[in-house]
Amino acid sequence: MNSGIDLQGSFIQSLQQLGIPPEIAKIFWLPLPMVLMVIGAVVGVLVSVWLERKISAAAQQRIGPEFAGPLGVLQPVADGLKLVFKEDIVPAQADNWLFTLGPVLVVIPVILSFLIVPFGQNLLITDLNVGIFLWISLSSIAPIGLLMSGYASNNKYSLLGGLRAAAQSISYEIPLALAVLAVAMMSNSLSTIDIVQQQSGYGILGWNVWRQPVGFLIFWIAALAECERLPFDLPEAEEELVAGYQTEYAGMRFALFYVGSYINLVLSALIVAILYLGGWEFPIPLDSLAGWLGISETTPWLQVVTASLGIIMTVLKAYFLVFIAVLLRWTLPRVRIDQLLNLGWKFLLPVALVNLLLTAGLKLAFPIAFGG
Amino acid sequence: MNLAEGVQIVSFGILAVMMLGAALGVVLLNQIVYSAFLLGGVFMSISGLYILLNADFVAAAQILIYVGAVNVLILFAIMLVNKKEEFKPVRNRWIRQGATALVCVGLLALLSTMVLATPWAVDTTTVNASSTIIQIGKHFFSDFLLPFELASVLLLMAMVGAIILARRDFIPERKATTTEVETALTLPERPRELSGS
Repeated sequence: MNSGIDLQGSFIQSLQQLGIPPEIAKIFWLPLPMVLMVIGAVVGVLVSVWLERKISAAAQQRIGPEFAGPLGVLQPVADGLKLVFKEDIVPAQADNWLFTLGPVLVVIPVILSFLIVPFGQNLLITDLNVGIFLWISLSSIAPIGLLMSGYASNNKYSLLGGLRAAAQSISYEIPLALAVLAVAMMSNSLSTIDIVQQQSGYGILGWNVWRQPVGFLIFWIAALAECERLPFDLPEAEEELVAGYQTEYAGMRFALFYVGSYINLVLSALIVAILYLGGWEFPIPLDSLAGWLGISETTPWLQVVTASLGIIMTVLKAYFLVFIAVLLRWTLPRVRIDQLLNLGWKFLLPVALVNLLLTAGLKLAFPIAFGG
Repeated sequence: MNLAEGVQIVSFGILAVMMLGAALGVVLLNQIVYSAFLLGGVFMSISGLYILLNADFVAAAQILIYVGAVNVLILFAIMLVNKKEEFKPVRNRWIRQGATALVCVGLLALLSTMVLATPWAVDTTTVNASSTIIQIGKHFFSDFLLPFELASVLLLMAMVGAIILARRDFIPERKATTTEVETALTLPERPRELSGS
């Protein structure tokens, strides 16, 4: 297995050749991937907002945004600018501190989770060996922010929305974690790099979605619930709760919630792509293809091509899942709160447990196919 | 002192101040909701300290369990029962406060003697930091097997208790016609059909 391109190593090396000591060179390197990732996440939000508007319009036989830029691609930017310049209102008798801190607590963990999203062998910020577990634990901070903003708004709808959000998030975290656990058991690691590598080698046939179909469905349902996407958007059900915990927010603080929810959607789609759809792997095994054509794995242009294909594949898979999420939004009706909790606790949880047990059994019985 | 050590010392200072400040806030603030939110801050700073100790799995588990579950449940309980209530001043309040102070000072004395008595020999052998999960797993299934299993039994008992408490149906006035035998364990609840209907 070739190690791909080592950007960090070559960057530090080239700075050292300019006469800069290695530690200083490392300080220069450190912010680069983080800034790049934040920019990528924000651009991802803009793209997914545009996609959501266009696909929703198509689903309702409308045209959707079309005046701002070609095909309306600048519409999300216009939305963002509008939110920046709006008046920032804090309702009377609201708790100013908690009211401000709530949206921040919702957004920061989501952005931090991008630490572990790999776009290639070396194209991620850190390869932690708790990898995917870090994402699960970070995503469990968000309900505190939701409860905080629901409480601080001094509004009954906000409080109800915050409580619902927290209940939903707690309930669906368990099937989510169990589905991840089955995948981690198959790849013998929690690191996202190892999880993708375990799916590599056989092209599309090696992806986890064939070995974990039930886990894939559980994970996707639970991830939609964690993102509060439409079949499960009870916390902000507009017909019942105005807008849930967001009711009293305006301007930049509302924008934080908005950005947070879309980053979360893109992040969940990326994680599904990594866990079940082979991450940066091309549907045809590129390494073997290069071997058949007689090209060495270490050819520089081949490495560049595989790395860019890897990034494109990861993003494509993620946006395919975002597309499905948007279609689901206009296909399925919202569930009631009791149906939501019943589905989570009485259906997904037992099914996820059985899935885990089956995976363990299959791993013992067929160690070749299920990662011995 | 190189870069890594400097970062470690600075972040230790920040985390320690954050943790102590948040913990004092939990105890001293009057609003119970602030205390609950600050408790989350305490848990997060502790998890930061775990990261400084290279215990990445423990840090993530700390956030997942204490911030994501325990603290959220505390907040839930506070927000569902947050009614305004005027508390009457208790007579002889100083007895309570004195007893609390006594217990706290005693605990502090115990802890400080423990701190002073323990030989804090620093273990300089570095464990291979790339496999904390494997190390923890090995310990769980060898020398820490009994505490591990006991903890799971404890959690199971807590769960059964919670289910029993949550599934009660209170009736405001009990009908006198019920011919149930009252035992010490009978809960004041509606008699329900045995088969699920």
